[in-house]
Amino acid sequence: MADVADNNPVLKHLLDQFRDAIIETHAFRGDVTAVVESARYHDVVLCLRDDPECSFDFLVDLTAVDRLKLKQKPRFEIVLHLYSRSRNARFRLKTRPVPDSDPVIDTVVDLYPAANWAEREVYDMFGIRFLGHPNLTRILMYDQFVGHPLRKDYPVNKRQPLVEERPVHNDRPGMVFE
Amino acid sequence: MMINMGPSHPAMHGVIRIITELDGEKVVSANIEIGYLHRAFEKECEVVGWGQAFPYTDRLNYVSPLINNVAYAMGVEKLLGIHPTERCDYIRVIISEVSRITDHLTCIAACAMEMGAMTPFIYLMKAREYLYEFVEELTGARLTVSYVRVGGVKGDLPDGWLDRLEKALDKVQIEIDEVDRLLTRNRIFIDRVKDVGCISSSEAWSLGFTGPVLRSTGMPRDLRKDEPYLVYDRFDFDVPVGAVGDNYDRYLVRLEEMRQSARIIRQAIEQIPGGAVQVDLSGRPLTGAQMVDAAKMGMTADLLLRTVRVDPTLEGAGKISAERMNAPAKGVVLPPKESTYGNIEGLMNHFMLIMEGQGIQPPPGEIYIANEAANGELGFYMVSDGSGSAYRVHCRPPCFYLMQGMDRMIVGGMIADVIATFGTINMIAGELDR
Repeated sequence: MADVADNNPVLKHLLDQFRDAIIETHAFRGDVTAVVESARYHDVVLCLRDDPECSFDFLVDLTAVDRLKLKQKPRFEIVLHLYSRSRNARFRLKTRPVPDSDPVIDTVVDLYPAANWAEREVYDMFGIRFLGHPNLTRILMYDQFVGHPLRKDYPVNKRQPLVEERPVHNDRPGMVFE
Repeated sequence: MMINMGPSHPAMHGVIRIITELDGEKVVSANIEIGYLHRAFEKECEVVGWGQAFPYTDRLNYVSPLINNVAYAMGVEKLLGIHPTERCDYIRVIISEVSRITDHLTCIAACAMEMGAMTPFIYLMKAREYLYEFVEELTGARLTVSYVRVGGVKGDLPDGWLDRLEKALDKVQIEIDEVDRLLTRNRIFIDRVKDVGCISSSEAWSLGFTGPVLRSTGMPRDLRKDEPYLVYDRFDFDVPVGAVGDNYDRYLVRLEEMRQSARIIRQAIEQIPGGAVQVDLSGRPLTGAQMVDAAKMGMTADLLLRTVRVDPTLEGAGKISAERMNAPAKGVVLPPKESTYGNIEGLMNHFMLIMEGQGIQPPPGEIYIANEAANGELGFYMVSDGSGSAYRVHCRPPCFYLMQGMDRMIVGGMIADVIATFGTINMIAGELDR
């Protein structure tokens, strides 16, 4: 943990500011990453955006990972990718919403408007709720859809057609329906 | 009055629904609904092997599928910590730029047609056809290319492909110039696009905009310049930017970007190392198919000593070309067909990569890779648990963020301008909904 932080000024600064809240750091293949406690998540994102030592003014991406099959607790992980125009640097911030049965986390839409649809997608696909989100509804799936498809316990072959699939009747002689 | 546009609307290419609230002809508010083309790309990636996801990436941005291939391959390579050869990097640059031109051609063509200008559509489709012929010759398909592989590409460039491409670029350039003369100073076109669908650079930046739409607002952000990947730092090219971020700027930026892409391709053709060499040790040309036939008849004694003529068809890929293209990583790249058929090590290597539960197995970890696609930053976030298939793949489609901000560009304008703005954003439903 120490050597990664030594090489990266942003991570070092973040550790100075939030030493008790940063659970884990790594820099696999050069991608600098910090994992923050869910309670301090919003504060850390605010610091990453506004602190002149960080100034990550661009939210590249926000997504989530279901770690059920990695057998790790807590189950879900929110992943943010940030970019700083002035430093031309990238940063990955992760946090783990709790509890596993109904994961909840603060929204960052107030800090990055770009997170709006991304958070809706995470809600849609993983069932993670974002507190304070202006319009937390499904985005890719339809409203009647049951469950959250990117969860690891959602079977890949499960079907929920919105419109019932009609059986094919072979009522025309000479035509073969497979 | 509420007006519902889409999901299947004649003037909108791509399935998307825009619910607009109108006051007369003025748009008061707009609600954009997406998801009509959701195909569970990310879930499927978790089921198939790392190398098997390429056909799915073709269908993300289906107007420039080669860029998606390249981005995905670069992601898995970053996870593995390998790098393909220099020649492969150049090939990836060339195919990416060809795709960028086809993408921008399609965008301008469709956009102009939706505003009533039919002629540019035909000219630009003709120009796109010149380039699609090269894509087809190289990959065997126009759209579902699946050409790039983890650690390399499927096969080397066909004989004379680069020379002919250079000549075709001249022909494309003539069509682009023709459309430039037809549209850029056209009074009707300018009236439809100028000062329509404006967005400021700070707003675009905060909404996660990238690519030509962000550059049209005046921000010179281009991953090829800012964070050069492949061999983009070796080329001399400009990043065109707009001034006010309206539809006209977006059109001009795309027009200029095509010229810059052609510039990059010309430089890459000049610089690309190791041209296709194609004779055997005694100086005779030999095709891959002939070699496979010889091996089937048991003539394997000097098989590995021979140099094979590069053959881009599936009949046989040349060993020499395979070495020139692919990373020297046995656990990732399929061996050349001569080795698979000619010796037991090659056969075992092939078998291990194809068997279920084997294949490419990156070490546990997570990476994010960003690539300047035709519409902006195309990113892949990949998590590996060390097994033969991905634990999680997330695609960051550039369109997703552009469509998120589209309501701000159309509110306050006329209902007819929605079509023009939608056209210059260049939404591709395949990558928007994944």
